Amino acid sequence: MALDLFTLGEPVADTKAPRDVPIGERWSERRFRAKLVNPANRRKLTVIVVGTGLAGGSAAATLGEAGYKVKSFWYQDSPRRAHSVAAQGGINAAKNYRNDGDSVHRLFYDTVKGGDFRARENNVHRLAEVSVNIIDQCVAQGVPFAREYGGLLDNRSFGGTQVSRTFYARGQTGQQLLYGAYQALERQMAAGTVEQFPRTEMLDLIVVDGRARGIVARDLITGEITTHFADAVVLATGGYSNVFYLSTNAKGSNATAIWRAHKRGALFANPCYTQIHPTCIPVHGEYQSKLTLMSESLRNDGRVWVPKERGDTRDPRQIPEAERDYYLERIYPSFGNLVPRDIASRQAKNVCDEGRGVGPNGLGVYLDFAEAMERLGRPAIEAKYGNLFDMYAQITGEDPYEVPMRIYPAVHYTMGGLWVDYDLQSNIPGLFVIGEANFSDHGANRLGASALMQGLADGYFVLPNTINDYLASGPFEKVDPQHPAALEALEGVRAQTEKLLSINGNRTTASFHRELGRLMFDLCGMERSEESLRKALDRIPEIRQEFWTNVKVPGEAGRFNQSLEHAGRVADFIELAELMCVDALHRNESCGGHFRAESQTPDGEALRDDENYAYVAAWEWTPEGVPPVLHKEDLEFEYVHLAQRSYK
Amino acid sequence: MNLKLRVWRQRSAAEKGKMVTYEVTDVSPDMSFLEMLDVLNEQLILDGEDPVSFDHDCREGICGSCGVMINGRAHGNGLFDSHPQTTTCQLHMRSFKDGDTIDVEPWRATAFPVIKDLAVDRSALDRIIQSGGYISAPTGTAPEAHSILVAKKDSDAAFDAATCIGCGACVAACPNASSMLFTSSKVVHLGLMPQGQPERNDRVVNMIHQQDLEGFGGCTNIGECSVSCPKGISMENISRLNHDLLGALRAGARPKS
Repeated sequence: MALDLFTLGEPVADTKAPRDVPIGERWSERRFRAKLVNPANRRKLTVIVVGTGLAGGSAAATLGEAGYKVKSFWYQDSPRRAHSVAAQGGINAAKNYRNDGDSVHRLFYDTVKGGDFRARENNVHRLAEVSVNIIDQCVAQGVPFAREYGGLLDNRSFGGTQVSRTFYARGQTGQQLLYGAYQALERQMAAGTVEQFPRTEMLDLIVVDGRARGIVARDLITGEITTHFADAVVLATGGYSNVFYLSTNAKGSNATAIWRAHKRGALFANPCYTQIHPTCIPVHGEYQSKLTLMSESLRNDGRVWVPKERGDTRDPRQIPEAERDYYLERIYPSFGNLVPRDIASRQAKNVCDEGRGVGPNGLGVYLDFAEAMERLGRPAIEAKYGNLFDMYAQITGEDPYEVPMRIYPAVHYTMGGLWVDYDLQSNIPGLFVIGEANFSDHGANRLGASALMQGLADGYFVLPNTINDYLASGPFEKVDPQHPAALEALEGVRAQTEKLLSINGNRTTASFHRELGRLMFDLCGMERSEESLRKALDRIPEIRQEFWTNVKVPGEAGRFNQSLEHAGRVADFIELAELMCVDALHRNESCGGHFRAESQTPDGEALRDDENYAYVAAWEWTPEGVPPVLHKEDLEFEYVHLAQRSYK
Repeated sequence: MNLKLRVWRQRSAAEKGKMVTYEVTDVSPDMSFLEMLDVLNEQLILDGEDPVSFDHDCREGICGSCGVMINGRAHGNGLFDSHPQTTTCQLHMRSFKDGDTIDVEPWRATAFPVIKDLAVDRSALDRIIQSGGYISAPTGTAPEAHSILVAKKDSDAAFDAATCIGCGACVAACPNASSMLFTSSKVVHLGLMPQGQPERNDRVVNMIHQQDLEGFGGCTNIGECSVSCPKGISMENISRLNHDLLGALRAGARPKS
């Protein structure tokens, strides 16, 4: 690989998982070896938690219950708005309530395989272990999961697995799980253990003597920029899909917190691993502001197809069975429509590239429920998917009970994130990263219903145990707000804010964001090649240059100013996009959601190169003009045999 | 299509506001209402004017951030026969006609002070949840999930109540600015689950008490709330709340503090 792109640094490794015991005992052994903090001392320790989604909300509530002084920050008006609320399908857990051969080991195995062997075994095994506790916890909070007539919990199956281990609450599982965490969090606010900072956005990390000791944040209503200090900082700020402008993420979802932490020294791992979800409503116009997901659970009963002939514009109901290509069922007979997301997305792209796509711009495939309606009857389909069908009808103006849905892949989730060890601590002591914001559990592709599992595992069960080991050496010396590191961070944020407002150019922030997003989707999206990535890497610095000289951000710093918020986030997306392309270019293999055109099997499947790329790429930030430094963490597979992933 | 918008502009809670008229041209019927406002805002920015502030986030009808009065109706619900109840982000411009004049205002309620333009402060709803809208189940204390059975009908009814997204449309639509539909949805969700029984009496009493403290009005069963609710939360929940409240008071439950 050309050395103009990056330089190679020292390898990194996790040192926290106890490797001297078998994998099934490592989590309990780690908890045993970790130092504890006596309940009376917890009151003297402060923890900042940024973000209130499934990971941040559950972590803040649990740390508050444990007796720590928690400061909880979020940019929305209420913690209940965090984008976990939009997750539809469900949450996995190895309960084996179906008696269908499920187990902790099978969930572990499925997740490592689903991630195309690019996740860390120890973390994934722990995730599978605590998955069962999550369901218990949520039921105790009153989460109204779907149940059967006998009063027991219902399950369904999801992509990439052959068992039914997904728990759900109609098509609103994320909403109900988030409200459980939100209510637990509000309870702690009432109890006085959690102090709240609503509509407050983290804009920098304060590192003192090598430890994360606080944040700089802007009150979005008054515009006031202030410093906040703690003994540890937890980032639970979600993923960075909005680099692509159009994604299924909320409009406000952003990478600023993790990106600023990265610029303070936190390693950013596998930034190129992005998930393109196969079942979204297709793009319909230039003004479009976001994409809407249709839950993967629809693939349980919906059949995906396109016409056999290209350019077939007949009404889909008029196309006879013999002239339809149910391509997933054809190519992958054993998993059929339930192949993992990366595969389903790429095959949709392939049939559209062949000119067999449907809909106005040819970028769509059918998801057809006619057969299921016949088999199960309309009432059963309504009960299972009613709200999704309604949502589809509302957005497209078409009735999916009558005509097949049209779907197309859209950016949905980012597997990459800040590098963390087994304790979920970054390479900066005292900085912990949980949920989608870290990189740890999903490798190069996340299986459906695993994001909710990871968010709650990290927040309820993992972090509250591992953070004790760090906090046991505290409380640390109080940070003086006049400490040079704090002042430097504060001044840096103020200067950037003033700079953005002073440029007064000719283009809106949104126009830069759209341009960046289109470039990333085309050149660093479902398929990447050396050529496309080189092109992106030529263009991104130009966008950055133009942004900082020609953006027009109206309003004042000292007021509610949504344009200013957006501008700061887009500035960070531009920098992150460049690192994503460098990472994608250096990884000259295909794995999971990262498909390099140069690396495929004769039948067009992703071809991994385990000899050269079985590692985590953890990037160190360098100033503009200096290539980033790559630190490799070698992945070891002791329990799962490395194999070509096959769903045929 | 081309539209005339009359939008409430207010620089801050402390300053007076007024309706300001804007023309928006080339609106596509496939745009959402918020995408139409995006188009207006991009134009305002390029013209050197202050864009209109409004809360929004998920833009798929589930986070509860967005919400404005459209021609006097919360989220525009009730204006269009053909349109199901929805959030502002899921209202599409195909519901309007070329040449329409549309009034766009913030939620109006004492308990929801305006922050800027169309954005209001709804933290009062969070404080109602804080006062009792939870089940006290600290992490780690939970029994095995199948140790308590829940009848499907109870679980389904609890789910229906629990789908409230906390947008505040019920308050904005109510002539009394009452948050009764919001509060009742949580009281009923938790009250129908076996796990919610131990705190059931205290919960309803405390949440109603907090609702009063926040300055929300009383419920007089008018029903604008339910018609305006994007999730179609039923007024039956208010009846159930009243039933619980009466029972709790008779059992001697009194608000904390």
